[in-house]
Amino acid sequence: MNNDMEQRIDTLDLPYRTREDLKTSLTGRDITDEEFDRILDMVFSEYEKSRIEPCEAVGVVAAQSIGEPGTQMTMRTFHYAGVAEINVTLGLPRLIEIMDARREPSTPTMAVYLLDDWTFNRDRAREVSWQIEAAPLHEFGDITIDMENMQVLVLLNKSVCDRRKITVDEIFEAAPRKIREKRHFRDFDVEGDPKKATITFIPKNRESYQNLFQLAEHVRNVIVQGIDDIERVVVRKEGGEYILYTEGSNLKDVFEVEGVDTARTRSNNISEIADVLGIEAGRNAIIHEALSTLNEQGIGVDVRHIMLVADMMCMDGEVKQIGRHGIAGEKESVLSRAAFEVTVNHLLDAAIANEVDELNGVTENVIVGQPIQLGTGDVKLIAKPVNLKI
Amino acid sequence: MDEEEVADLLATYHISLEQLPKVYHDDPAVRAIGGDVGNVIRITRDSRTAGRAEAYRLVMKRPKK
Repeated sequence: MNNDMEQRIDTLDLPYRTREDLKTSLTGRDITDEEFDRILDMVFSEYEKSRIEPCEAVGVVAAQSIGEPGTQMTMRTFHYAGVAEINVTLGLPRLIEIMDARREPSTPTMAVYLLDDWTFNRDRAREVSWQIEAAPLHEFGDITIDMENMQVLVLLNKSVCDRRKITVDEIFEAAPRKIREKRHFRDFDVEGDPKKATITFIPKNRESYQNLFQLAEHVRNVIVQGIDDIERVVVRKEGGEYILYTEGSNLKDVFEVEGVDTARTRSNNISEIADVLGIEAGRNAIIHEALSTLNEQGIGVDVRHIMLVADMMCMDGEVKQIGRHGIAGEKESVLSRAAFEVTVNHLLDAAIANEVDELNGVTENVIVGQPIQLGTGDVKLIAKPVNLKI
Repeated sequence: MDEEEVADLLATYHISLEQLPKVYHDDPAVRAIGGDVGNVIRITRDSRTAGRAEAYRLVMKRPKK
């Protein structure tokens, strides 16, 4: 193969991968121009054969291709122990979750990859995990309720603080602020002694014991380090590098932590991905999540079917569910919507709004008993009368 | 994409501008490349079937809920 041929391959109207495959299989071979032309002809005819026919019902084929193997899936694999002791919903419930485009999956998780300087060092990977994992105040010291003086005493453990790379001052600033902002409890004053590493919380209402215990509960559980949504982090070594697996997901905040590789880190919360990284990333996430859920159950579904579903879900710039609040509910035709779910409501609303059904789709035409516009039904042929001799 | 390219694209597929897939104007990816409402953006995807594929989206305003 010479350069001229290579350039000709590049300009062909073929998919990128087909062109690359053709190039690799032809390199180093001695072929004449005639042979090259014949090869191209054969590649083209093969490619044309592999393409979907016009008017083919791809949606129905996709639905069947995902639906039939779906019946083989385990019905309830809630909380199947996935990687590293973290529970992940898998199987049919997860697939339903993806197709329904829930705002929050029932078990959000992330796989946080680290940059080169962090990922090969166990201690540094641990340090990143502390920045991510939500740690309540009681992990950093002793909390006692002083009933005599009606106050809550916190005695911070300096060695724990040093180990987890957080200073007493930072806790001193974060704890009261977080109690006020995140836990909406404001009726208290704070006094602190940085030298002795103590913080004293004094409730404004100094009469009520109930109030004091309430305050103590807030103090105990206030998150002073890490990201609020991420409840647990597990560090695991995979293929020589350390990866953090999390329970709970918050892409935006995790991306801001030093040492996190933003290009490889992934979450299973699709709508979060679509919000933080855009609709195209959301589309990829749907394909990846649906495919890995199916493959995990040993079900092989062609990507093209899932790609079609993902494309439909992401068509309008946001992730839409497959169902009456998403794609099916926004169809133009009244009869088509009525045929899907909540029939009476749709017909009633349509009658009130004086809607007209143009009968362009498949469902409507089946209902009224006309030929559908699919396959050969989409082609309109008019036969010229021929003079037949009888 | 400039207007000529958009016209070519619409002619190839015999579609109108509104029939293109949409992307909201406040989508992080659109903001990063600085697209305005009414623009058509070309997306080069890593496709699992074709290796590399092109897709197009029309930038539109996010509807108010």
